[in-house]
Parts: sequence; C-alpha cells; structure tokens
Amino acid sequence: MSTAREEIMTRLAIALRDVPADETADQVPVARDYRHAGESDPARLLDLLDERVSDYRAAVHRCTLDDLGATVTRLLTERGSGTLLVPHDVPEDWHAGYTGTVYRDSANFPYPLATLDETDSVLTGCAVAIAETGTLVLDSGLTQGRRAITLVPDHHICVVESEQVAATVPEALARLDGTRPLTFISGPSATSDIEFNRVEGVHGPRHLDVILLP
Amino acid sequence: MTERRMLPLLPHGSGHLAPPQAFPRRAKVAVGDTQLRANIRRATHTIRDKRAHVVDEVDDWEELREAGRALKERVARHLPELLERFEQAATAAGATVHWARDAAEANRIVTELVRATGSDEVVKVKSMVTQEIELNDALERAGITAYETDLAELIVQLDRGEQSHILVPAIHYNRTEIREIFRREMPDTDDALTSDPAVLAEAARRHLRRKFLSTKVAVSGANFAVADTGTLVVLESEGNGRMCLTLPETLISVVGIEKIVPTFADLEVFLQLLPRSSTAERMNPYTSTWTGVREGDGPQDVHIVLLDNGRSATLADTVGRQALACIRCSACLNVCPVYERTGGIAYGSVYPGPIGAIISPQLTGVERNKSLPYASSLCGACYDVCPVKINIPEVLVHLRQTGVDGARERPSAERTAMRTLAWVMSDQRRYENALRAARTATGPIAGLLAGKRTPPGGPAGTLGHLPWPLSAWTVSRDAPLPARQSFRDWWRKTHGEAR
Repeated sequence: MSTAREEIMTRLAIALRDVPADETADQVPVARDYRHAGESDPARLLDLLDERVSDYRAAVHRCTLDDLGATVTRLLTERGSGTLLVPHDVPEDWHAGYTGTVYRDSANFPYPLATLDETDSVLTGCAVAIAETGTLVLDSGLTQGRRAITLVPDHHICVVESEQVAATVPEALARLDGTRPLTFISGPSATSDIEFNRVEGVHGPRHLDVILLP
Repeated sequence: MTERRMLPLLPHGSGHLAPPQAFPRRAKVAVGDTQLRANIRRATHTIRDKRAHVVDEVDDWEELREAGRALKERVARHLPELLERFEQAATAAGATVHWARDAAEANRIVTELVRATGSDEVVKVKSMVTQEIELNDALERAGITAYETDLAELIVQLDRGEQSHILVPAIHYNRTEIREIFRREMPDTDDALTSDPAVLAEAARRHLRRKFLSTKVAVSGANFAVADTGTLVVLESEGNGRMCLTLPETLISVVGIEKIVPTFADLEVFLQLLPRSSTAERMNPYTSTWTGVREGDGPQDVHIVLLDNGRSATLADTVGRQALACIRCSACLNVCPVYERTGGIAYGSVYPGPIGAIISPQLTGVERNKSLPYASSLCGACYDVCPVKINIPEVLVHLRQTGVDGARERPSAERTAMRTLAWVMSDQRRYENALRAARTATGPIAGLLAGKRTPPGGPAGTLGHLPWPLSAWTVSRDAPLPARQSFRDWWRKTHGEAR
C-alpha cells in the first residue's frame, strides 16, 4: 500500500518538474473578484429565499414563532401524516397541537431504519439557508438530528429563522464548519435523467415544506 | 521529446477509455441511427437553453470561471503536498486512505474491502471514475453484485447498454424506450406502467427502496476532495447519493487524485459553477459532504481510494494538463456539433464529447487512442461554455501534433501524397499540366453530374463518394471537382496570350 503511495508521489514529482521547487501553493495567483456579499436587508432576503425555494416546487410558508405549532399541525394534517419524527432537541412548541404519534430521535435512542421508513413526516430546523440559490443547509447540529432522519421519510418540514439566511454561496460557506457532515437541500428530490426534463420526486423526500420565520 | 523519454516512469492508465475501432467508423454507425440522433438532439438542446438562462442571471460568471481555472491550476502545480494534506486530515477524522496506481489496483482494493465486510452486494452512487476503471465488472468477477442507483445508470445497467453522456448516461434513450426497459427488466412492474417520466421515476424509487435500506456497503466517487479538512463532496439530484452515503455501514469512495481543492472555502466557487453548467440549475437538489467518520451519523467504516490511472502522465504535459481541471459538468458535450450528431457511445470512452477527446487519449496515451483528438471541428463552443476555462481546442491540436510526431518515422499515404503535391506545385509547367489532366479525367464525371444535385445537402460540383483509396478522403468530406476551365485558360482565350 505504501509502495503505491510512494510511486504515485514520485510520478507526480517527475510530472511537475517544470514547477520551481521553492514555489508554494499560495503563490499560484487566484483572483477572487467574484461577488461575496449580496442582499443585506433581512425582509428582502427572506422574500428572495421564498421565491427561489418556490422555483424548485417546494412549498414555502410564512408565519411567526407563535403560529409555528399551528402551521406545522396544518401541514401534517393536510398530508394526512399520522406519525412525525423530530430530533430530540426540537422544541415541543414547534408541533404544539399535533395529535399524531411523535418520535423523538436522539444519539442515545436512535430509531431503527425500519421505523424511519414507516414514518410519514420529519420536522427539523437548519444551520444556514442560501437566498440566491434557494438552498437549506443542515449540519447535524441543533434541531437537525442525524442525516438519515431527513432522508428516509417522504415528507420533510424545515424551519428557517431569518437570521439563518445568507444571501450568497460564499456568505453561507463562511458560516459553516466544513468538518461537520453537511447536506445542502435545494427543493425536493428530482431527476433530469429522462430526456433532460426535470421531474420532482425520486429517492429523497418527495415533499418539502419550508417554513420561514421573521 | 522529453515526455516520451519519461514514459517508462509515467505509465498511462487503462479501463473504459478508448474505442475498439477508430472514432469515424463508430460515428458512421451512430449517425445512421436516426432515433438516436433525434433523442440526443432534443435532450442537448433542452439543456443548453436552460444553461444559458441560469448562467445569464449571474453577473460575475466570468470572475467565477477565472477563479475556478486558477484554483485548479494551483491544485495541479502543487498536487503532491495537497494530497498529503488531504490524507492526513481524512485519516485524522477516521477515514482509511488507500492509493491505487492504476485501474486494476483500485479494483483489487475495493473488492478486498467489500469482501472484508462479508457482503456480496454494494449500492453505488453514480461515479465516472468507477465506470472508468470498470469496477462493476471486477466486482462481478469476484461474485459481488453492484447496484447502480442513479436513474440513468440504472436504465443503462438494466439494458446492459453503454453510457453516452457524463451527466445523463441514458440520454440516448427516449421515454418510450426507457418504459420498455423497465417493463422488461423490473420484476415489480406491470402493463399499467406508462412512459410519463414521473411514473418511471416512481418505478425506480420502488425498485431500489429495499436495497437502500438493507445493503451494508456503498461505493461512491467524489466531485471534490478538500485538502485542508479531508472532506469529500458529492453533488446529486435524486437522493440516491444521500441514501448510499448515509445508510450503509461501510462507505468506499474512489477518487481521482485531480479532484482535490485546497480549502473548504474554495468550494464557494465550484458550488456555483458546477450546478449551473451541469443540470442548468441554480443549485442541484442535494449536495453531501462528509469528513471521515461521525459517531452515530452515517457509515462508521469509511475508506477513500486515491487513484492515478494515467493522471500523473497527463500532468507531465504542460499543455495537456489543463484537462485535469475538468469538473465533469458536461456542458461541452451539450454544445458540441459532433457530439450532437454521434452521441457518446461512438467515442468508446466513459468520457465522451470534447472533454473526452482530450482526457481519454491523455489517460491512455495518444498512441492507444489516436482517433479521438480528431473527433472535433475545432469550433470552440466547448471552450466558451467550460466553467473552468479549459482550452479544449488548444489541447486537441496539441494532441494531434503529438500523435503525428509519434508516427513521423512510419510511411503514410497522406505524407506521400503531400510530398508528390509539393513536387508538382514547385514548378509552374508541371502544375498547369497536372490541373489540365485532372480536368480531363474528371470531365465525364462532371458531365454526369451536370444538372444533378451532388452529395445530399452538399454544394453543386462536388463528389460525395470516391472509390478506394480516395474514399479515405470522401468518407467524411465532399471532394470538389476541378472547374471546367482554369482562370489562366479563360484569360488566354478572352485576352490573348499573356506571355
């Protein structure tokens, strides 16, 4: 194994004999003249996120923290969801009023895959949202749980708080820790594999509801 | 050339990279398939219009392209130190890093890793590099079944067909053909299955669901490997990637050594360039990143196989090395007039189209892949759309030169003809006599053609097909007939003898 490594390193050294020995990676110039910052007004940022998420045919809902429980309950009822899975640290207020079965998933008591597969809906928060691209980023942090829970159930409700919204991709990455497992979600699962026509709904959740809090 | 002297030290790669017959022969077969041409034409035109729209809305597209190009140049010039940094960070995060010199070694490593788990099946995320090394065949020989889970790869696998596009390997099938394949190969379908893409996607979901939930081992590639953090990144659409990267116990990722990006922040450039160039979306539905092992979340046994397979040999060519900057978006395929007419299978490599015409011959060595650098009209549309500014026409011409240089000592009909022509043209009398002889000889043919349209769609006064050996020229070009009268003859007749 180490011999393959050494041989590849030797090959690379031969291949790169034109690169001066004292040149460092940082000395190869990279002009970063592209935009880093975007819209900064919180209300307009939320509107942009709303518009861009909707473009992917995800459903966007606006409400206040006080109405969150009622909004979540309405979405679950509309879909006929009898079971809801939440990460253990999601506040109960988020689904106040919902009368179905609620599973609280935690590191100590993770539900088996078979249970996730039978669960109708999952409710989480997110780490960051990107307004310009209509993207939600989950990092397995607070209110998000492990990756499997937002993947296996067919319906995902994601709550976004206004201070979590970044305008651009560079702004969003600057807020994230690259060593955490990250999932960037832009609309429901989709495919373009048949004649390059986009069709929503393959293996990931086919229904994505996004709730924006002011 | 120094490059050739280095060859023993810089071996080329192997795998599904070179056509068994020269490109023109395969292209001729493909061009004769009108259904295939219609399918590819429709799909490439759909995607190229969408791409233009989402690229147009980005004001700083050129700045992003330049940053992408420069970052890839930084990586190419400092690959050894960045690979070491990646290995160190990934290992510290709990991954096991393996190194593979070529396709055979990578296949051996993956096979042994799967065997060690006791599993005889794997689920696969769509990955170009595992198609390049023909991993599925190697696993099958070892009694391990690989299930492709990307919809397009699934279609191709069920039909036992070949990939024809980097992003959408099943682009050469239309919905009716896909419906027939599913009906024939999926046990759980019935005649109620329609050719509606949503219905077909639903059938694929049901077909693979249990596999995702029960299979213990997944195999993936990676779009990017972050040197600073040891992180791997996969962009996808369907969620099959997330399934494979999250649910199994063991995850094995095969990664070409050129996939490195220096820092996590550098992804801000590529996460903007790739989705818009590839699926023509502001962002693809799902992007997953993972760094080694995370307790209680995702696979607990994580392996990374870093693959050379001709990449170091490609890097040795200072003109050709820019091909390694490719982020596999496939925008160049969708705008290429040659690809649009032949489709991808004619190229005989997992990397078809303009980018394939410069990557495949460099990975295998031009000697083993002479025809692909000529699979282009050098129109430059590929260079214009490339999100990392790879000058594909420049590399194509360079590789043609390399191929000709490599064969310079051997006799060729073309070289003999050119030498004869040089002798004829070096003397005015010889030249005029030759032209007159050509007119006399082709006179009867010209007479036959008079009033008739010559090759279909071609200009009048041209020949579509000449007998062997001249057919070597007319197989893909029209040959003009000499004019009935030369300018000199006309001048003499109307103005008298000039001399």
